[in-house]
Formats: sequence, C-alpha cells, structure tokens
Amino acid sequence: MDFTLSMEQEILRKSVRDFAENEIRPVAKELDEREEFSYETMQKMAELGLFGMVVSETYGGQGMDYLSYIIATEEIARVDGSHAATVAAGNSLGIGPIYYYGNEEQKQKYLPKLCSGEALWGFGLTEPNAGSDAGNSKTTAILDGDEWVVNGSKIFITNASTEISAGVTALCRTGTRDDGRPELSCIIVEAGTPGYEARPMHGKMMWRASNTSELYFEDCRVPKENLLGERGHGFHQMLETLDKGRLSIGAMGLGGAQGCFEMALRYARERVQFGKPIAHFQVNSFKLADMAMEIECARLLLYKACWLCDNDKPFGKEAAMAKLYCSEVMYRCANHAVQLHGGYGLMKEYDVERFYRDQKLLEIGEGTSEVQRIVISRYIGAI
Amino acid sequence: MNIIVCLKQVPDTETQIKIAPDGKSIVEDDIKWIMNPYDEFGVEEALRIKEKFGGEVTVVGLGPKRVTEAIRTALAMGADKGILITDDALEGSDSLATAKALTAAIKDLDYDIIFTGQRGIDDDLGLVGASVAEFLGIPHIALGIKVEIADDQSSVKVHRPVEGQTLVIESPLPVLITAQKGLNEPRYASLPGIMKAKKKPLEEKSLADLGVDASEFGEAARKLKIIELTPPPERKAGKIIEGETPQEKAAELAKLLHEEAKVL
Repeated sequence: MDFTLSMEQEILRKSVRDFAENEIRPVAKELDEREEFSYETMQKMAELGLFGMVVSETYGGQGMDYLSYIIATEEIARVDGSHAATVAAGNSLGIGPIYYYGNEEQKQKYLPKLCSGEALWGFGLTEPNAGSDAGNSKTTAILDGDEWVVNGSKIFITNASTEISAGVTALCRTGTRDDGRPELSCIIVEAGTPGYEARPMHGKMMWRASNTSELYFEDCRVPKENLLGERGHGFHQMLETLDKGRLSIGAMGLGGAQGCFEMALRYARERVQFGKPIAHFQVNSFKLADMAMEIECARLLLYKACWLCDNDKPFGKEAAMAKLYCSEVMYRCANHAVQLHGGYGLMKEYDVERFYRDQKLLEIGEGTSEVQRIVISRYIGAI
Repeated sequence: MNIIVCLKQVPDTETQIKIAPDGKSIVEDDIKWIMNPYDEFGVEEALRIKEKFGGEVTVVGLGPKRVTEAIRTALAMGADKGILITDDALEGSDSLATAKALTAAIKDLDYDIIFTGQRGIDDDLGLVGASVAEFLGIPHIALGIKVEIADDQSSVKVHRPVEGQTLVIESPLPVLITAQKGLNEPRYASLPGIMKAKKKPLEEKSLADLGVDASEFGEAARKLKIIELTPPPERKAGKIIEGETPQEKAAELAKLLHEEAKVL
C-alpha cells in the first residue's frame, strides 16, 4: 500500500491552504454575520482554479483527479464552511450533471463559463415536500410541441440565485412509466427564462455566506433540447451525482473537523487554568487525542473512496460511509472544540462558534445521516 | 529578460523545531518543507518582469530530492524550467559551498538578473546571494523592495530600505538581487498552473555533471562549523498591569519598563 500523495497534490494542498488562510479567513466571520455571499472571494476562488477541478481541459476545467478536488475542498472547509459549500456545490452539483450527462452542445455551451467561475449553476432536486423522498418530486415538465413547460418549485438549492447564477438542472416529472410510476427527467432551465424565478433564502443557521435558493417555475417554457441526457433517466442521474457529491460533503466534514481540532489544540495549549495550560489536564488531552484519531480515520476512509472513484471502481458504499463518518467526526470535533474554549467558545469572536453551527448541515444536506445508513444497509445486504 | 531564481527549501514556519540527539542538527522526520519565503518573493518578481518584458525564468534549487517540490511549486507559479542540484556529497555543506555549487550550475546559463532570497529562514545566514554574485563576478544588490528595469533593458534600479530611508541603487545587467519582504505579494500556485508544471522541464544535476570537485563540498569542507544548537528560552508568562485609571496604568507601565525591563 502507498499512502503518499502525489507532489501535485501536496503543492495543491499548500497553495489552497495559503489561499484560504489569506483570502477567506480574514472575511469569513463578517460574511457569516451579515449572511452575505461574497462575489469578491468567489472571483478569487475562480482565479485560483477551484471550479471545474475534475473537468477535462477541453471544456476549461483543470483535468485533476477526484482526490485532488477533495483535498482542495477540505482545505477551504478547514477555514470556512460557506466558501467550501460554494466550491463543492459548484463542482459536484452544478458542473457535475452537465459534464457527465450533457451532450456535446450542452457541454460546449455551459461548461467553460462554469469552469472559469464566471457563472454558477444549481442542482434542482429537493422540493418542499420531497426531501429524503426525492423520487417523489412534484415539479412537472410537459412536452408541448418543441418546448418543455415546467411547473413547480424547488427548495434549498445552493448557488442558484446569485447575480452570476446562470441556471439550474431541475428534476421533473416528464410523464408516466409503463409500470405507472412517474417518469423523471432532468431539464436545463436558464436564468432569465420567463416563468423561472430564483429567490435567495435567508435566516440560515449555517453556511450563511453561501447562496441558498427557492426556485419557482410557472409555465416556464424551455426548448426541447434542454433535456439533459436520456428522458426517464433523471432520478438515476441525480443519484449518481449525489454519490460523487458525497465525497465533497465528506471533504467538508474532514476539513471542518481539522479546523476545529487545530483551533482547540492551540487554545488548549495557551489557556491557563489552575496554573497550567488546560491541554495538560487529561480530561482535555484525551479529547484532543480522540479528535486527532478520528480525523485520521475520516481522512483514510474519504481518500480511499476517492481512490476507488479515480480508479473506476465502485465507490458508492465508501462514499456514503465517508460522508456519514466525516460529518459525524466534525460533529464531535466541533463539540469538543467549543467545550475546550469554554465560555469563549460560545462567542462569535471565536471561529469555533461558526464551525459548531456550520457542522449541522453536513448531517442533513445531500442525503441525511439516516439516508446514508439506509444506503449502507443496502450495500451490505442488511435490507 | 532571462531570469534565474535560486531556491532553498526550509522547514514550514509552523513546524515545531526539535534538536537532534547530536546537539548540532534538527530532527527532520516530521518537518513540513516549504519554499523559503524570501525566495518566493524572488520567484514572483522574476515572473512579473517576464510578464512585462518576455523571456524565461529558470529556478535552481539545491539539496535532497524533496527540494523538487519547491521547484515544482515555482514552476506551478509560472516559472519555465527548473534545475535541481542533488548529490550525496552535498550533505552538510555550508553557505559558501552551496554558493559554489549554484554558481557552477548558473555560470553557463543565459541570464540578465539572478534573484535569491535575502536569507534562508532556517539558518538565517544571508551569505549565499552575495557569494554567488562574487563567484560570478557580477554586481550584487541586497535587500531589494522594489526593482525597476530601465526601458532599454540595460540597467536596473533597486530600492533598498536603510534605517527608515530608501537607498536607490542602479546597476548594469547582469546583476544579482536579494529579495526582501515588501518586494511583492507572491501569487498562489493556481490549479491550472499546477497541472501545467507537471510537463515543464526539471533537470537534475550531480556535482560531477557540474564539473566540480566533490571534496570541496559537504561536512568535511565546512569553513563554518556548528558547535551546538540550543532551543530558545521558554517564554515567561506576561504581566498584567493593575490600576484604576488609564493614567495610573500608564504610570505603572512606565515605572516597570524603567525599573524592571530597563528599556526606558
């Protein structure tokens, strides 16, 4: 076995870490406070090449492997969840479906701008009444001559209502299958199409500097050519996209946990109570030891899932495990980190407070922890 | 404008340095290595000059194979090619020997400007830049915080801070300039840059390749011997100045600075 990262991956980690420390750390707290998506940091992330990381250079991507993408996401998440969310959703959910299922024309049309970060794209799966039960989507797209007529709504869609959001891939009912179940297909809806509206959602507990949207389709007409991939394959496309997306949520858990651990270790070594640094008390050093151990396990599991993906081996089970485990490791690390900070950990002045809030999404978004356990249960033959 | 940048790899500033059992070296096992930050200013300046005037940037590093990573980082930032001088006989070389090896690798290259960091942040000696210039017989300008190339590209003006003032030194080319903090803000190695760097040429050269005598290098040839390394004293706990009003606190602080710290 060889656990060595390639030199490119090491350079990438260092570069993205320096970038996150210098460009994101100084503004993360204030953007969170103001619940503001920053176009300035978005542009800087785009210039660094953080969009289209796994997309071939033909379409303006970087042509990197999945592990590299995950390392970059991890390093952003080590500093701020919101920015990591913009990157992870941009790559996995925005760019992913078009890259993997789009026809040549669609790829040529959309990918260059998405890979350069000039534009963002939404992944329209979740609906107000279809969360974990995503197959029960109610949004419809009826073919009327040469156009799809889309009606319905989507909710909690990342990156879909910024000033640079160029559209959404929406899962829609396009008919009924022979067995009576709904036929689901992915339809591309560009921003600015009459009848399509994307509204930013406010009042979030976490990822406050990322963009989350509610989408409304009201007799929204798009050309017939806007079908993504094959008709009736929409749900399958969405699930496959989520398999890969899970790796990036895992990266956010891993990076967030690493960030919590580093803040906790630093604070525990500096904070003196009863005449010595609190890290010297076993009750605290054991917390730190547990954090270090779990982060190591999380990293091994996530990187293995990426290795499987990069080597064209089945990785669905490991991706679900990594997503679940990394989010739960971050949960425990954020909890310990706040505990070690004591009263200060409850104050916004300290970043651990933000990490504690940001963590919660990871157990809910892109498949709840419960759904991950169902996925794993199926893989191991329990159900 | 062809520019050469000399690179050193040094321990990351966040690394906890431990002294090895021999008392003269440091434990290298857990060290994360980075490009010397002062050399990074040199790389950035070289790239800016290249972007303005054209030409080629060559980075030259010296040391074990791991130094390749620092060179690839410079290539990812935008440098064109790299040379790594690596040879077991170099192990334990002092600054003068390092300068000799670098000179041997540089002397036959085509260059207008050579950048080195003003010092390495590990040994803090600051000898290599000046020594290379001396061996090559070209002018040396230390501690550059601004580099202006003449429009006809025949000379350079370098700003150097001196006791709160700025000294502007003009020199014909070729010249060696050592980079000081403030020269520029180095760019990040971008993702496309990292991918492009994979395909850029990086040559490895041994002392034999450079045509120099191996006995002039390494531990035995050192003119400068390290006798002992000691860790810095542990920082003592700070003192909180007591007092009811800012005036009282200021008076107490002044008294302590005068009587205890003896700095006033």
